[in-house]
Amino acid sequence: MAPVPPADPAPRPAPPPSPPWWRDRRIVPWVVQAVVGLLVLLLIAFLLGNLVRNLTAAGLLLSWRWLQQPAGFDISESVIPFNAQLPYWRALAAGLVNTIRAVLVGLVGATLLGTLVGMASFSHNGLLRRLARVYVEVVRNIPLLLQLVFWYFVVFLSFPNGVAAIQLPGVVLAKSGLYIAGFGEGLRWMGPTLVNGVWQAPVRLSVEFGALLTGLIVYSGAFIAEVVRGGIAAVPKGQWEAASSLGLSWFATLRRIVLPQSLRVIVPGLNTQYISLAKNSSLAVAVGYTDLYSVAETTLNQTGRAVEVILVLLAAYLTLDLLISALMNGLNHLVQIRER
Amino acid sequence: MFRTRTRSLVVSLCAAGLLAGCAGDGGGVQSQKLSTIIGRGKLICGVEGKLPGFSFVGPDGKYLGLDVDVCKAVAAAVLGDPEKVEYRDLNSSERFAALASGEVDLLSRNTTMTLSRDAAGGNGLSFAPTTFYDGQGVLVPVASGIKDLKGLAGKPICVESGTTTELNLADRMREQNIPYTPLKFQTSDQTFAAYLGDRCVAVTSDRSQLAGKRTSFPKPDAHTLLPVVMSKEPLTPATTNGDPAWADAVRWIVYGLMQAEESGITQANVDAKLAEAKANTNQADLRRFLGVEGDFGKQLGLPPDFVVKAVKAVGNYGEIFDRNVGPASALKLDRGLNRQWKDGGLIYSPPFR
Repeated sequence: MAPVPPADPAPRPAPPPSPPWWRDRRIVPWVVQAVVGLLVLLLIAFLLGNLVRNLTAAGLLLSWRWLQQPAGFDISESVIPFNAQLPYWRALAAGLVNTIRAVLVGLVGATLLGTLVGMASFSHNGLLRRLARVYVEVVRNIPLLLQLVFWYFVVFLSFPNGVAAIQLPGVVLAKSGLYIAGFGEGLRWMGPTLVNGVWQAPVRLSVEFGALLTGLIVYSGAFIAEVVRGGIAAVPKGQWEAASSLGLSWFATLRRIVLPQSLRVIVPGLNTQYISLAKNSSLAVAVGYTDLYSVAETTLNQTGRAVEVILVLLAAYLTLDLLISALMNGLNHLVQIRER
Repeated sequence: MFRTRTRSLVVSLCAAGLLAGCAGDGGGVQSQKLSTIIGRGKLICGVEGKLPGFSFVGPDGKYLGLDVDVCKAVAAAVLGDPEKVEYRDLNSSERFAALASGEVDLLSRNTTMTLSRDAAGGNGLSFAPTTFYDGQGVLVPVASGIKDLKGLAGKPICVESGTTTELNLADRMREQNIPYTPLKFQTSDQTFAAYLGDRCVAVTSDRSQLAGKRTSFPKPDAHTLLPVVMSKEPLTPATTNGDPAWADAVRWIVYGLMQAEESGITQANVDAKLAEAKANTNQADLRRFLGVEGDFGKQLGLPPDFVVKAVKAVGNYGEIFDRNVGPASALKLDRGLNRQWKDGGLIYSPPFR
């Protein structure tokens, strides 16, 4: 092809007259943003001002001195030592640790259960596949609070008590909790023993904790199963076929080929479920587990410091969720495809 | 610019509101709450809602109980009709917030009067006269063989969270150095469900509440109250510190019920007593009390015959007690501390003068 001779440069059109500023594409968006931003700031200022004005009128300016006062109430189970003479902030800390304990164990349990069920919905075994579907559909369509109450009052409180408790070597399951052998005082190995009608053992998990955990794991597990199922379904069918033509078994295909590729679809979905689980843990109060919300509620009642206690609660749950989110975003970054 | 303008707007609105408030002065009592209730045409009363004897829903769907009768007496005195009450069931953690936010006008919900609940720096409540002097007790199954607090050592005890009960339990057990496990629940239903599910060997609450709840157990006789009384629990209706005039009105309506018993005025004879007071100018006490002379009602922002209306609606204090929790009821509680002062009890109305 012969090179096209360069055309004569067309005469430059005269630059159009610059539009007035209210039609200028470079200015208008900024003005709109500024106005909206100002309105939002005004709203916040009004709400805060309103709060401060009303609290002042009621003689209740924000104060944090109550945090240092003795709490006066006991906590049934606490990882960090606590008694009624310790200040409120220690009580809240004990509650927070209890919440974190439930959330951490819940996250691990729900992930395991969800992954297994998610995988099961691709099984060649029709019974297993249908069971997985039934579990997911039943569990995610019943309110969590109802499920917690069911696990606690119907299932866990039906365990036998005292001498009649279910006894296995080193483990006792009674109405009051799960007792596991371990190193007791003086590092002596101790099995569960019945003292004065009450079971005692080095490791004790209360039924309240058990009911909350079961409820959270079963509920979140159903949602995570759906996320995992979606992730697996997102891996092209060709991958399955290629793997089976290489002679890989169903499980090996899933573990070595499909799951690693589905992770990048699963992880963002998991993030949402993990955050939900952390927030849902505050329903512990319905089954008598002393989590942060339960302690905060008693604190609120005793001190009358509603605004401050709620602020503490908001900050605690927000921090917890942001932490989970940050960790999951880090994980997400790791499993993404590196494009070069 | 924007901010100053908003602020000046707010300030001028406040000033206008203040002026309006001032303009109404001199016409008797200024109570925002009272005019709200009259304008609305009904009283919103916070109650427990599931406590036999104090506030619960009867077989015909109507609220019954001692606490409910206080609501009815106030509605009758303020609005002239004991049925113009809207009840809100509140749990122990919601109750103060509901009152402080104005969601309920009056809290008549077996609430113990304490310093921190009364104080402006605490919950900021304003308490009416105590309507039931109670004490904290412990309910255990008869079969457990537990006879005193020592028998509860190392055992789980069910308690409603956010109550004085919870604190008293901690105090008494600490004093006697008895280790125990408190199991806390948000509502009394959950607390008693856990107790009946055998999760706790004991449940602790006000003795009257234990007696009331026991009547609805599958086997009431299988449970017994320990003889120990762990605390003083003066159960008292409350309003907020924000409206002293409304608090005064409630206070004197309740005193009116107590004074009526002392003066021998009952639901049955109140009309006869009123006629007697009207006919007989010598009976100054009775005439003032029933609003035939003087302006007690007006001073409180209430109708002159508010006592007559209240007593006609629910009877005097003794009648309310007997009907709801006394021998005529399922609870069969003794008057005990709740007798009139003349009979050696604590029910004492200051003079209506």
